[in-house]
Amino acid sequence: MFADYSMAELTSIFAMQGFAGLILFSVFVLMALGLAIIFGQMGVINMAHGEFMILGAYVTYLTSNIFSSYLPESVYGSYFFIAMILAFFVTGALGAFIEWSVIRHLYKRPLDTLLATWGLSLIMQQLYRSIFGAREVGVTLPDWLMGSYAITDMIEVPINGIFVMILTIIITIAVALMMQKSRLGKQTRAVVQNRPMAAAVGINTERVDRLTFALGCGIAGIAGSAFTMVGSTGPTAGQLYIVDTFLVVVFGGASSLIGTVASAFTISQAQSTMEFFLSGSMAKVLTLLTVVIILMLRPEGLFSLKMRR
Amino acid sequence: MRSSKRSLTGNVQRRTLLKSLLAIPAAIALAGSPAVMADSVNTTGLAVTDDTVKVGILHSVTGTMAISETGSVQAEKLAIEQINAMGGVLGRKIEFIQEDGASDWPTFAEKSKKLLVNDKVAAVFGCWTSASRKAALPVFEQYNGMLYYPTFYEGLEQSPNVIYTGQEATQQILEGLDWANEKTDAKKYFLLGSDYIWPRTSNKIARKHIENVLKDKVVGEEYYPLGHTQFNSVINKIKLKKPDVVFISVVGGSNVAFYKQLKAAGIDMTKEKPLFLTISVTEDEILGIGGENIEGMYASMKYFQSLPNDNNKAFVEAFKAKWGKDIVIGDVTQAAYLGPWLWKAAVEKAGSFDIDKVREASPGIELTTAPEGYVKIHENHHLWSKTRIGHAKLDGQYEVVYESEELIEPDPFPEGYQ
Repeated sequence: MFADYSMAELTSIFAMQGFAGLILFSVFVLMALGLAIIFGQMGVINMAHGEFMILGAYVTYLTSNIFSSYLPESVYGSYFFIAMILAFFVTGALGAFIEWSVIRHLYKRPLDTLLATWGLSLIMQQLYRSIFGAREVGVTLPDWLMGSYAITDMIEVPINGIFVMILTIIITIAVALMMQKSRLGKQTRAVVQNRPMAAAVGINTERVDRLTFALGCGIAGIAGSAFTMVGSTGPTAGQLYIVDTFLVVVFGGASSLIGTVASAFTISQAQSTMEFFLSGSMAKVLTLLTVVIILMLRPEGLFSLKMRR
Repeated sequence: MRSSKRSLTGNVQRRTLLKSLLAIPAAIALAGSPAVMADSVNTTGLAVTDDTVKVGILHSVTGTMAISETGSVQAEKLAIEQINAMGGVLGRKIEFIQEDGASDWPTFAEKSKKLLVNDKVAAVFGCWTSASRKAALPVFEQYNGMLYYPTFYEGLEQSPNVIYTGQEATQQILEGLDWANEKTDAKKYFLLGSDYIWPRTSNKIARKHIENVLKDKVVGEEYYPLGHTQFNSVINKIKLKKPDVVFISVVGGSNVAFYKQLKAAGIDMTKEKPLFLTISVTEDEILGIGGENIEGMYASMKYFQSLPNDNNKAFVEAFKAKWGKDIVIGDVTQAAYLGPWLWKAAVEKAGSFDIDKVREASPGIELTTAPEGYVKIHENHHLWSKTRIGHAKLDGQYEVVYESEELIEPDPFPEGYQ
């Protein structure tokens, strides 16, 4: 297997593959964070997660169009940041609306959220198709996000990969701090653990639910916005992410944010290493098999909260 | 033009008049059985009246495949509209019934049955993926319908009930590989595709051709699941194996991810080291990928929107006039446009809408007005066509840099390639 390559080449392979794995890891964490909040903390099985991500991507597409048609070229480079902020608020607002109109009636029936949000995902897909057309749209990236940074002849690091990584680190830290330290985070956890008790101590549980759901959707929106750099933006593109997203969240242990990060790391490294030595399809099969076996041995996932029931 | 049109309709009126005169004694003779029509152009009870004929359009306008199939629907509608403006087929205006396959293969079978059995359409223009065609095929064979299938596909099929207006795999691949081999003096090839029947069959053909005919080496053959979005590993492999030519049949959303990541990984396709040759990216797909991400790529197909002939200029103009000026036209869209025209020519040659007669008349049918140039139906129901190489430009269009000298014979069951 290694005989064909020289030592220098082998070092480069491992460096490049390690980096490819890190990019995949960031992508996984970014797409799973929103779901980890909604599914992990609230217990809502959100099948429309991918569509919320794509909404973020479409917001990015629109922002890019507005910037290129109405604003001077010099500010075009910065549109991506504005797009991400917009994506967060637009998808968050839609999330709040969906929570108010649909989800809040289903908290006592978590399995029904599966069907309701799946229906929602179909509706959203068809809306995108009617508004933006069935074809994928091309999102133009600002120049500074294109290309790569060459470390040696062999090792080249894509700039947008680094961008996704930094973004993921910032958002993960922000979410972790928020859940652990902020008032909303504490309230969220209180509501999840014991709703009547939380209400009894004066927490407005409806408001907390709405904000948490909106936050999860908003993060999905940011993820979708960032993924315009590496993936496609079309009505059904969200479907490409949904399986991996659930895989990461469930494997990590649904109620634990650290679990999500750890599981994303395990899956991404396993997959990118195997992809290199086997074919892509085979790597996927083996990854899924490993996850199935580990979940059979540890049904609660890698990390689980120890709490009194 | 005008006078010929008038004489055509005049002719038709005379003919219908004559026919109804003839029909009177027949009707008297067959009193009590009104279903029997002494109509020589339609002896099998298809939905044909004295001035209309019904056909079906069967594509996905919802679901995953809607992205790809929209162009085909538009092309077929345009062709039908143009044929009607010229006086229709055998003096009858074409009316279409559109059904939605909804990107779901059993639905294609169900809707085919509906079109053939309930609507009794004279022809169906439709299907896109091989899976949808395979699902609909038994229905067409059982109820004896006629399907015009527009997509380039893997071959290995030849049904009396299908006319394949796209290229089968050998037509598309062999010419492209020969061209790439000559251009780069390639020794090492890397094959990459999505994991389903078309890329796998295509790569099988490509590998045989590279190893047995070109006497070169395949240094890698890789498949990724449909919808895969992370290609960094395979890009690293390409960098490491340093092939001279990368031959790509990645489809759908994966396409966008692959080319964006390729660009981000610092591979500049305009340098042609390695040379990238695709059989799956038409102008339609470039819209989603972005011209800046794919500039320098080569594609081996039979049609590009930029083809400089007069037929094509008229076609592109008409297409834009009907569907909007920003629209792009890809290989399959043009192949879908040929369907109604080939059917019209076969019906007129047969002098009848009967499926059996149309089938018998089909081989040898020629179209000199096709946007791609001249095409002809082969005995095996595929088209003789030329293969071209396009070079992707920044604006999302291809520049045609090569064209096969002769029409290439379709060979759906290539010997020595299986």
